[in-house]
Amino acid sequence: MADTTEPTRRDFIHIASGAASVVGVGFFAWPLIDQMNPSADTMALATIELDISNIEEGQQVVAKWQGKPVFIRYRTPAEIAAADAVDVASLRDKQTDDERLIPGPDGKLKPQYLVAIGVCTHLGCVPLFDPNDEKGGEYRGWFCPCHGSHYDNSGRIRKGPAPKNLEIPPYWYITDTVLEIGKEAVV
Amino acid sequence: MSGHSRYDPKTGIEKWLDARLPIIRLGVDTLIFPSPRNLNYWWTFGAILAVMLVSQLITGIILAMHYVPHPDHAFDAIQHINRDVNYGWLLQPMHAVGASMMFLAAYIHMFRGIYYGSAKNPREMIWIVGMVIYLLMMAAGFMGYVLPWGQMSIWGAIVITNLFSAIPPEAAGTSVTQWLWGGFSVDGPTLNRFFSLHYLLPFLIVAMVMLHVWALHIPSNNNPTGISIKTKADTLDFHPYYTVKDAFAIVVFLMIFSWFLFFMPDSMGHPDNLIPANPLSTPAHIVPEWYYLPFYAMLRAVPDKLLGVLTMFGAIAILFVLPWLDTSKVRSMRYRPLAKLFFFIFVLACLGLGWCGAKLPSDLVFATGVDEAGNAVGFSFVWLSRILTVYYFAFFFPILPILGWVEKPKPRPASIEASVLAHAKGDD
Repeated sequence: MADTTEPTRRDFIHIASGAASVVGVGFFAWPLIDQMNPSADTMALATIELDISNIEEGQQVVAKWQGKPVFIRYRTPAEIAAADAVDVASLRDKQTDDERLIPGPDGKLKPQYLVAIGVCTHLGCVPLFDPNDEKGGEYRGWFCPCHGSHYDNSGRIRKGPAPKNLEIPPYWYITDTVLEIGKEAVV
Repeated sequence: MSGHSRYDPKTGIEKWLDARLPIIRLGVDTLIFPSPRNLNYWWTFGAILAVMLVSQLITGIILAMHYVPHPDHAFDAIQHINRDVNYGWLLQPMHAVGASMMFLAAYIHMFRGIYYGSAKNPREMIWIVGMVIYLLMMAAGFMGYVLPWGQMSIWGAIVITNLFSAIPPEAAGTSVTQWLWGGFSVDGPTLNRFFSLHYLLPFLIVAMVMLHVWALHIPSNNNPTGISIKTKADTLDFHPYYTVKDAFAIVVFLMIFSWFLFFMPDSMGHPDNLIPANPLSTPAHIVPEWYYLPFYAMLRAVPDKLLGVLTMFGAIAILFVLPWLDTSKVRSMRYRPLAKLFFFIFVLACLGLGWCGAKLPSDLVFATGVDEAGNAVGFSFVWLSRILTVYYFAFFFPILPILGWVEKPKPRPASIEASVLAHAKGDD
């Protein structure tokens, strides 16, 4: 054995059975790992429909989607103007206000409605909204009470530890006043 | 384990059993082994922790008989246990307060290990296994706090599981949190799996405690002088000398435990946890249990999310390599005046970080004046926690390695026996 440099049949069998065992363990381990992922019934509750006609200007409603709060905020013209006036280059997560909106059935953006997932991108708390702008943070948007992140009325991170803007969920306007959250518009 | 066995079976039954399953020999040799004769009361916390672990196991198994891990029923189940289950008023707080007491004992045990150099050669593996136990305790404590499904439970779970979203999304940060939650948010599946794991972890801790004690039996205990055992005159048998000493300390500790249990069982909890969990409304001020506060303060001290998370986990990770950072040839800080000073500052820094963790980062430690709007300005807790976090890490590196190099230790006694006899004559 010592003087042969060629691999033997036994070497081959060792390597082949070792490799097959690794693959076998992998196949067995995957169900044990994957069972922790969201189950089929959880995945099935993926979309909601929402009538937004009863939101008043300057107010927001909170809908529950996939267990998370979704903010639908009816912004005033002054708020929209303030969101548009921001210098995008100065932002941590650079997005214009328009990039955070989607068009309605007529193909035009609807800047009065901002839809965002109400989960702070830092560690997942629900940021506070205050129509009187007392608890809504320095940028008149939202303020996260947990670790002090300030968002503007476009849901963009302006100050504090959060790394990203409030996430925009996939949604589309079924009609002018009815949203479906959880699904993109079919174009 | 090490050394020759002290067990001598006398009766026929004992001899018969010893030849087949020498379990009595194992027990006798575990209890009757030579220990340094100068162990002080700081050495009793190991036995106290063993008692607390058993207490947590027994009360926990009982609570699981009455608990329902479902978002609609979990909160009510705790009320049911406290109000309706026979002696539930005793057993539920015993488990909740017991967790706090166990962490208290563990922290004292760890500080003692650092001060007397118990982590150092040849006891590195005892320390490392101990750190694994500490990590398992943290995981068990966290998941246990989620089970009552109050506001602090769910929001604590949301904040802590979101730590994993600090992993950049390109490296699968989002799917890691969904995998942990079993959904798109902390909800029923999360509660159910936390219950399952909370039941599992204590048994892993028991297994690790066995390794901890096994590793301890190889070099025997360290002692306040840090000097190794040289002769039999340096030692006493663990039983009966230290079983009695430990028993006395356990009784005193249980009295303190009982005082909390019977007179202020809610003092270490948070009133918000008596509000049922609501995933749409965050409490104004989320705080973890007191035993995590120093790490929470470090998390918030760093303005960047990923770096904050790394700092927090790094604070625990650095403890694992302590045996190699403390390079001094002298184990006990009793003979290391500089190390002793830096150690006490370290203890204060840990307590200070705990204080910071309980406060809002923007709260002021002290005010220096008011701004134009009339709000007080001054030295805020976020800055205090930054300074203390820097000291926490600086203590391990570079202070300890540098001290090992430059510090001139005080003269040490020739042996444990000499130290004890000098003490008895009043020279110490």
